[in-house]
Amino acid sequence: MKIKGYKRENGRYGIRNYLLILPASVCASDTAARIASMVDGAVAIPNQHGCCQIGEDYLNTVRTLVGFAKNPNVGACLIVGLGCEGIQANVLKEQIAESGKPVESIIIQEEGGTIKTIARGTQIAAAMARELGKQNKVEFDISEIVLGLECGGSDPTSGLASNPTIGVASDKLVELGGSSILSETTEVIGAEHLIAARFKDPKDSEVFLEMVKAVEAHSAASGNDLREGQPTPGNKEGGLTTIEEKSLGCMHKAGHSEFTGVLKYAEEIPADKKGLYFMDSPGQDIDSITGMVASGAQVIVFSTGRGTPTGSPIAPVIKITGNTGTYNNMIDNIDINAGKIITEGVSLPDMGEELFDLMVKVCNGEQTKAESLGHREFGIYKIGYTY
Amino acid sequence: METVLKIDKKDNLVTCLRAVKKGETITVDGKSITVNQDVPQFHKIAVENIAKGETCYKYGQVIGKALCDIKEGDYVHVHNIISAKDFTA
Repeated sequence: MKIKGYKRENGRYGIRNYLLILPASVCASDTAARIASMVDGAVAIPNQHGCCQIGEDYLNTVRTLVGFAKNPNVGACLIVGLGCEGIQANVLKEQIAESGKPVESIIIQEEGGTIKTIARGTQIAAAMARELGKQNKVEFDISEIVLGLECGGSDPTSGLASNPTIGVASDKLVELGGSSILSETTEVIGAEHLIAARFKDPKDSEVFLEMVKAVEAHSAASGNDLREGQPTPGNKEGGLTTIEEKSLGCMHKAGHSEFTGVLKYAEEIPADKKGLYFMDSPGQDIDSITGMVASGAQVIVFSTGRGTPTGSPIAPVIKITGNTGTYNNMIDNIDINAGKIITEGVSLPDMGEELFDLMVKVCNGEQTKAESLGHREFGIYKIGYTY
Repeated sequence: METVLKIDKKDNLVTCLRAVKKGETITVDGKSITVNQDVPQFHKIAVENIAKGETCYKYGQVIGKALCDIKEGDYVHVHNIISAKDFTA
């Protein structure tokens, strides 16, 4: 099956053609946003970190920023640094340049403040945008697509209808040679034995189980009970009682395919080893989607029982619910109603086909509701202190 | 549309596909069960007696343990079951 999109220098394919204005740290985020607002086709991400982070947190932030710029939906990138921050613009630039795509940087302290940086940054960005505008779409195979699997604001219909529908679409993509990413380590607790049994390589299975144990241990070490946060009040209002029940519903997004491998948060998905992956991330939707997009997902499918409006700055997010009431209530935000499985007796394979067809249209350029409303939520997973 | 959904043979909890009123009768595996409380749509009902501390099943998997004795037909939610995992240990 063929899709039309943008060929990148490293042989990957984008389904959108964004110019990313990338703040190296929170200190540059506002300036980056103002540059992006001046240039058609440019988008900035609201980086809240990038300074005074160490260890895994530093690495998570670097991987996320670099991953966003390297995502094939981005055609070119302008980094905006303050100058003195922990994550230096030139470190990001070097790693992003490995993809071969155009990348420039500008430093606020070197330019001499906000106004001069915006003026110079806008000149650079506008020239990059004009170059991107010259690109034509080309045909590529659907096996180049990486699909991120998300669920949030779950209720019992997520496990009964919308997540199994996503599972059918994900299995079909994997069967066609493409890739999918399941994330949200917290939300596999209680279902980890079922997922662990599905890895091709037993070593990956062990790594996966260690990721789950680490979340439990982190919660215990902090003296807090993970059950205070999971399920959320809205999950409970909808009818989900325990983390196990939530997790057993969540995992249906990954269908029945074998797992090819495990990824750290925001780790780049291998180009030469396609298939279904598990990525370590929190259950919080925005951090999870951000991590999958940084891993290389060009498109996200997001199931919700309670309803949620969120999108991503550079990837289309398709919303699906298993709850017909929620679909009708939040029809501005939700693209597809898998509640028809419950209310109209539509079969799961038919519903999966409907979602897959929509995903193909979105890959070919059709806007999702989150895109049309300009939803661009962004958040980087943070483990420990900022120092 | 069925009133309730039992996903796996092993399950002692079923999901209501519509809101169910106290006193209504539901049929599960040919057995008639009187529902003891009002149950909102998509929430759960016990289809067996479950003693305090015993395991609750949905999807054929463990979803928690009973905090008190639960009777057949009882509404089951956060008031009478809890995660079987203890994250503070």
